[in-house]
Amino acid sequence: MKCQHCEKPATFHITELTEPNGPSVLHLCEEHARTFLSNEGTATPASALSSMLAKQLKIKSAAEELATADKKTCPICGITFADFRKGGRLGCAYDYVAFEDDLQPLLVNIHGSLQHVGKEPTNQTGAPERQHRIMQLKVEMKEAVEKEDYETASRLRDKISEVESGNESSWSNDELEELDDDFQSDNPIV
Amino acid sequence: MKLEELANQSSEWMRGQGPESDIVMSSRIRLARNLSEFPFIRKCTPKDRISIATSVHRALDSLPLSADTEYVDVAKLGDLDRQFLMERQLISHELSESQGARAVILDPHERFSIMVNEEDHLRLQVMQSGLDLEAAWQRMDQLDNQLESKLTYSFNKRLGYLTACPTNVGTGLRVSVMLHLPALVATKQIDKVFRALNKINVAVRGLFGEGSQFMGDFYQISNQTTLGKTELALVAKVREVVPRLIDYERKARDFLVNESRQDLHDNVSRALGILCTAKKISSEETMHYLSKVRMGVNLGLISDVKIPTVNKLFIHTQPAHLQKLCGHKLSVTDRNIERANYLQLHLAKRPESEIN
Repeated sequence: MKCQHCEKPATFHITELTEPNGPSVLHLCEEHARTFLSNEGTATPASALSSMLAKQLKIKSAAEELATADKKTCPICGITFADFRKGGRLGCAYDYVAFEDDLQPLLVNIHGSLQHVGKEPTNQTGAPERQHRIMQLKVEMKEAVEKEDYETASRLRDKISEVESGNESSWSNDELEELDDDFQSDNPIV
Repeated sequence: MKLEELANQSSEWMRGQGPESDIVMSSRIRLARNLSEFPFIRKCTPKDRISIATSVHRALDSLPLSADTEYVDVAKLGDLDRQFLMERQLISHELSESQGARAVILDPHERFSIMVNEEDHLRLQVMQSGLDLEAAWQRMDQLDNQLESKLTYSFNKRLGYLTACPTNVGTGLRVSVMLHLPALVATKQIDKVFRALNKINVAVRGLFGEGSQFMGDFYQISNQTTLGKTELALVAKVREVVPRLIDYERKARDFLVNESRQDLHDNVSRALGILCTAKKISSEETMHYLSKVRMGVNLGLISDVKIPTVNKLFIHTQPAHLQKLCGHKLSVTDRNIERANYLQLHLAKRPESEIN
């Protein structure tokens, strides 16, 4: 038998088990086998990642489980988990929240950890959860406007600017007003 | 700063100074960062890419470091200039070849560069000659703090700095050391070393990074994990492996010398002979022989060539560098002739020194 890449006799017969479409058999001469084997250890992270994903999903699933994961869509950037699996790249920071359950085993596999312990930025307003909250509030505001509930819309607008400027109060205005009311009711000093 | 000015100087990472510089060429640290108000690169519209580049450029302008740096619009560069920056390791293949708005911010001494709109919005890298990872990390930390004071990074408490690829999430840090390991290659032990490194989660790459061939017996080793350890712990992890690799390489060199000093002397001298006398020579062949010469100089078998010269020749004989140095585009054949001339000019004994 000849080598798949040249005219030399194939002396190496390699069965590759990590191919996504099932095992594949390679017939190579000594020289091409050496190139193939030495490339294996130095595969690009993207290809290593997709083969890791393929392996992991094979172990875990049940085809329907994979199908459910694949259909999940990020509400912010709109990519599906299947899109990520194909390209190995996420579409936005919120994907880490949207695909949390499906990414967790992968992160454990790559890093052996799920908790950041390194440096933190001083400015922590860049959390994807916050971006998502702003988006939700905007949708609610639009709905309020459509219902001509301008009071709610204006409250939501204030809320959005609070969140955007990073000054979001931990309490809603209603809650604080209630506190005031309770304090003031039957209180002789005010 | 013109790119031509860079062509004539030696990058920080090829100075060939610093601790263990006979084997360790350079130390390099990279951080991946993304701006919170934009999607990751794959979902960026052309307008988003422009806005990212503008935000970064504006942030930079308000920082003291802008006085000494050059903002280069990579989308406006020609093929030759992009390849030139790649050969100097100031930009990556991905940044060079992608489409749309993208940029690189250059330090004129080439001690750091910041890529904009690469795989992540920002890729910061700091380079240092020899083995000095702690110093490289200190400089990186400061650079990152300066940029962070003007930009809002995507970050959450649990997963740290959020990156386009989950392999970089957490610290976004890659610590790498470039080593020259010709004796481990010559004694056919290099594959064994690779396998051992992969087992302990240390990645190995070629001279020009991901997917590049192991040219000139240069290897870059780096951490594979980025989440769950502090930056300093990741730095230490890579640093602690390096002395062992240096030791393996020195042992392999001793073995070659002990086996037959004369054969080795013959081998490295012939390599120098070819580089000094060839009339046409390819880039691969040049790297192959320069690697032998570099080891020969470090072992005291070749005395009239200096290490900084050899280091410089590795880069200056690359295709884009040759064309930049001679000032115009060259065909492959003309490059091979020009390369042979360039090598002769820098390596061959000059008549004056023979008279003196």
